[in-house]
Amino acid sequence: MSAAPAPVPVSAPASAPAPVALDVREVAVHFSGLVAIASMSFRVPEGEIVSLIGPNGAGKTTAFNVITGFLKPTRGTVLCGGSDLTRLTPERIAALGVVRTFQRTSIFAGCTVLENVLTGLHRRGRTETLAALLRLPGVRAETQRLRATAAEILAFVGLAHRDGELAANLSYGEQRLLGIAIALAADPRLLLLDEPAAGLNPSETEAFMGVVRGIRDRGVTVLLVEHDMRMVMTISDRVVVLNHGRIIAEGRPEAVQSDPEVIRAYLGQGVRHAQG
Amino acid sequence: MTQQLLPWLFLAFMATLPLWMTDLYVLHVLVSTGIFIIGAMSLNLLLGYTGQLSLGHIAFFGIGAYTSALLSLGFDLDLGGAEPFVVGPQPVWIAFTGGVLMAAAFGGLIGKLAFRVRGAYFVIVTISFAQVMRMVALNWVDLTEGPMALTGIPPLSVWLPGEGVIGLYDKLSNYLLVLGVAVVCYVVIRHLVDSRVGRAMVALRENEPLARSVGIDVTRYLVIATVIAAGMAGAAGGLYAHYVRIVDPDVFLFIYTVTMVIMVITGGKGTLAGPIVGGLLFGALPEVLREVARPEVQWIVYGIAMIVIVFFLPQGIVPAAGRLWERLRPRRPAPGGTALRAGKETSA
Repeated sequence: MSAAPAPVPVSAPASAPAPVALDVREVAVHFSGLVAIASMSFRVPEGEIVSLIGPNGAGKTTAFNVITGFLKPTRGTVLCGGSDLTRLTPERIAALGVVRTFQRTSIFAGCTVLENVLTGLHRRGRTETLAALLRLPGVRAETQRLRATAAEILAFVGLAHRDGELAANLSYGEQRLLGIAIALAADPRLLLLDEPAAGLNPSETEAFMGVVRGIRDRGVTVLLVEHDMRMVMTISDRVVVLNHGRIIAEGRPEAVQSDPEVIRAYLGQGVRHAQG
Repeated sequence: MTQQLLPWLFLAFMATLPLWMTDLYVLHVLVSTGIFIIGAMSLNLLLGYTGQLSLGHIAFFGIGAYTSALLSLGFDLDLGGAEPFVVGPQPVWIAFTGGVLMAAAFGGLIGKLAFRVRGAYFVIVTISFAQVMRMVALNWVDLTEGPMALTGIPPLSVWLPGEGVIGLYDKLSNYLLVLGVAVVCYVVIRHLVDSRVGRAMVALRENEPLARSVGIDVTRYLVIATVIAAGMAGAAGGLYAHYVRIVDPDVFLFIYTVTMVIMVITGGKGTLAGPIVGGLLFGALPEVLREVARPEVQWIVYGIAMIVIVFFLPQGIVPAAGRLWERLRPRRPAPGGTALRAGKETSA
């Protein structure tokens, strides 16, 4: 299928001066002989919303796991601001400003909404064990400061009125927003969202897109994996299409939508779905 | 407001209890229960807050007891060299501190291990750890006297103006001592869990991948939790050694870990008051039953009480009492979402 002459345009030459937030180079992932990602290369320019799309099983979540250090790739490198992420643990990668959400549970269900965001603010605090045990004077001041920041973040995603609620009691849509709030609390430069709108109704999706745009406008680069094509095509500055573990197209949403390879990949799926 | 007052009221009650309760046997039961409650509170830090089930927790208690006893008695170690390594008898509080530090050091070791082996394997490793400790205590006769036990351990002491240093031989002073140590442990845990460090521990319990993805070094915080929990259990062991003044390898028995787990689970794991409530209940229950029932009946009732609590109040007594209180409270248009939350939990 990918034997088609269309080469993979890794990066348009015109976009050379744009600084790159993330540079994925020839990453391959094999699970004991099974190829999840054959060879994947793409760049995420700083300050853009980039979507990674593709049929189920195309390797999108695997790509996320590699970028955020939860999975070591068989080959290839992931570069971010001069650091090779493939050698680092998830927490070190988060310290470099690369933060993700998870597809299923991206919240601390047993904690209140406010505690969830406070936990996300971990890296912005300094209190260590001894200071906490003795309640040294700086601890209280820091707690005040972090609570104020948490309130700000909750207001930004529209959950300020729910701050005392147990996260498990939130509606599904609210939990998705809380997941984003936790990730934002970790102060990302690059935010990876794994199917954040899955299961949202149209009006929730609409509100959600507003939040994601707001995040970009704050200067955070966003890499998005999403199945809702309307959302992807409306919100993205750039789209990367993955199929069977390799990139089949990359570019502006309009360009990708009319790419014959993409149509084939998706329609093929659609036809099979319809028949099944 | 009532909830903030409750710990103080409880402390005032416990502190003034010896004024009217002069029965020495009751005081003795309260001292041994109190020592176990300190152990249960430390276990709660691991089980309740970081979510790691260590079924070898009594090992830290035993290490604290043995270390403190040996340091206060003095010992010599034949390390194969020409001269044995001799440690003379140390002042009791130095011995006690040594016990806490030794237990904490072993806690650090187990904490590091916990990240290599997780879940069921960790449980097995911790059980084995306590068993190995028991075997060492049984067989290293030169050091521990083995089954003959370490005896004649001096009691802890205090310095009083005018009186000088006096040994705490009696029940009353040991009661107050245990209460004091329990309060310190309570405050330490309370400060810890309500801080950045404690939130990192809870994050590990709730959702480890998410915790890592926001930059929490979970290994580090698990080690911190095990070190503190083990140190506290070691302190409880030290109190025990200097109170009963004899330590034998049976301090490492599995049943004691189980007792602490029961206290934590029935009281409510992950709550500050849980181990105290569960500890008082299961510490006092055998004694109350002793008055009214034959031994076999006692243990059956004990077991049934435990099963009933776990079955009907799976989260424990303290969270259940909290919910009941919310429900019974007159609903006024309270600020925040408390009324709403109570409503939700009623329907749940």
